[in-house]
Amino acid sequence: MTAPVATAGVPPILELQAVSKRFTKPLDTVDRISNVLGAGLREEVVHAVDGVSLAIQPGEVVGLVGESGCGKSTLGRMAVGLHSLSAGRRLWKGVDIAPGASQRSRRDRLAIQMIFQDPYASINPRMRVRDIVGEAPVAHGLVPAREQDAYVEQLLRQVGLDASAMRRFPHQFSGGQRARIGIARALAVKPEFLVCDEAVAALDVSIQAQVLNLFIALRNQLQLTYLFISHDLGVVRHLSDRVVIMYLGRVVESAPADTIFSGPNHPYTQALLQSEPKLEVGKRVFIPVKGEIPSPLRPPAGCHFHPRCPKAMAHCATERPALREVAPGHSSACHLNGGG
Amino acid sequence: MPTLAIEGLTTRFSTRGGTVTPVDGVSLSILPGQILGLVGESGSGKSLTGYSIMGLIDPPGRIESGSIRLNGRELSGLPPEEMRKIRGNRIAMIFQDPMMTLNPVLRIDTQMIESVLAHQDVSHGQARALCRDALERVGIASPDERLLSYPHQFSGGMRQRVAIAIALLNKPDLIICDEPTTALDVTIQGQILYEMQKLCAETGAALIWITHDLSVIAGLADTVAVMYAGKIVESGTAQQVLGQPRHPYAHALIASAPSRNPRGQPLKQIPGMTPSLINLPSGCPFRERCEHATDACRQVPPVQSGAGRTLRCFHPVGTAPEARV
Repeated sequence: MTAPVATAGVPPILELQAVSKRFTKPLDTVDRISNVLGAGLREEVVHAVDGVSLAIQPGEVVGLVGESGCGKSTLGRMAVGLHSLSAGRRLWKGVDIAPGASQRSRRDRLAIQMIFQDPYASINPRMRVRDIVGEAPVAHGLVPAREQDAYVEQLLRQVGLDASAMRRFPHQFSGGQRARIGIARALAVKPEFLVCDEAVAALDVSIQAQVLNLFIALRNQLQLTYLFISHDLGVVRHLSDRVVIMYLGRVVESAPADTIFSGPNHPYTQALLQSEPKLEVGKRVFIPVKGEIPSPLRPPAGCHFHPRCPKAMAHCATERPALREVAPGHSSACHLNGGG
Repeated sequence: MPTLAIEGLTTRFSTRGGTVTPVDGVSLSILPGQILGLVGESGSGKSLTGYSIMGLIDPPGRIESGSIRLNGRELSGLPPEEMRKIRGNRIAMIFQDPMMTLNPVLRIDTQMIESVLAHQDVSHGQARALCRDALERVGIASPDERLLSYPHQFSGGMRQRVAIAIALLNKPDLIICDEPTTALDVTIQGQILYEMQKLCAETGAALIWITHDLSVIAGLADTVAVMYAGKIVESGTAQQVLGQPRHPYAHALIASAPSRNPRGQPLKQIPGMTPSLINLPSGCPFRERCEHATDACRQVPPVQSGAGRTLRCFHPVGTAPEARV
């Protein structure tokens, strides 16, 4: 999008500094007894997100791309505050928001909202739309209870639903309409920042375009900032100002959208773009990337991508490449770019 | 002779809520070694077309009319025992979710050898060798060890490869793939597409690839059929249908793809939503969402064919109003 990307003086609206998320599977009783007998079992740790730094400017749309298990949803949930951080810092407009409920941080947390992937599972089936959308703003004192109906009605209109939807239950809506309800619910607490986790992936093709258009329109109306998580490169290319590519918990490349699609630097990004099916007429020969995505329980040493990388060198297997700037605004974590 | 020729296939479901026709007068034909892409949104009847060919329609559904010919042999109306000999043997099907098609409590070898012995008169040892070769052909490393694994020990992409290997076991004439890559990651999808393309060329099997994703079809299929609300609204070569779609639905669907729109601008969208099959509008089912619709569309548009393509529309895209048929 033609973006009002902020100038250097303004602090990022949301900044994640070297954040990590580890999930630990503790030993159960049987394992502990086996250990007494000398089994030597240890807790299993998944590094879902491993030292990721991300700064998002006000008004920017950042696309976060990766395959399943790469930690993109976990990172999104950390950005919203649904997951605590195992390490690192999370700054909102330059101020650290640690979990500790001062009035200020409560308001700040409302300003970051999330739209979930599954329009069926993310809405309470036993609540009416007026409560799904209207409960939070009333509870947080943004809207007096007697104005709830009028407020919900206005939100529904904004997302393209009829006011008569208010009295209905979620099962009376189609997938596309439910996605709109999810969006209205997120907008109800007047957020400045939206994390959209695969928000259109569950929708039919002809409905996808409608919801994407709604995202574009809302961004322009309400000056929203988006972190748009998706595995669909076509969608990300269309919406994003900047694209961040993740692989097994780490950022491998980050660049303005045009740059990443015209001149990808990291071999993984190149492989991803090559595998992407394109709507071009004419048969093509598919050139597959070899290998599977490794388990995040036991990621390969060094560069996580090296077992699948066509350009892997000896020290890729031992040394973790740092995320380095290869051009202004374009950074990539690959040993091919040289440096120590 | 085409491997598969379907004429006027109609499948109905009678339910308490009313009778629905998810497959309504579908005609298709596919030559050996060809790949046919069957595209449609959820509820368009594309999967049920595949199930009808396989003879997998259970009550309350039934095939009302139409003919399904496999290498010239009529399949509709075959007694169940005869159909059983064909299913898994001459026609194989690969489903979207390989976790649902593989039995989780049986080892891979048990499941594979069973499907060989069901159709071929070979010894257990020979059957095992066939399974081993099939796994190798779909790119599974160390097939001998993998035969002894259980489905949960495979990743999603590997499971789908096993499902493909099972489909290939009896060298079928026709393989029906129902969204086999939808649940997979992009790089894994690329691998599967590559394997399928290669296997089709090698074995000469005809392939029906059912999907909602036009871009997968674009690189893979020879011919494309677009379904909407149970009917094939347009069909032809991939070049014709994707390059110059003439049905307003196909045209709008392709135009709404993000890659066909300038970046960041609103996408060309199709208004409304897919109609419920229970209360379809009379006449052309797309007319309420169509920008070209007129009063004529209240009648069911007949199939027009010519130059290798078929079309069901009174007002195809790309014709001047006065030249409309």
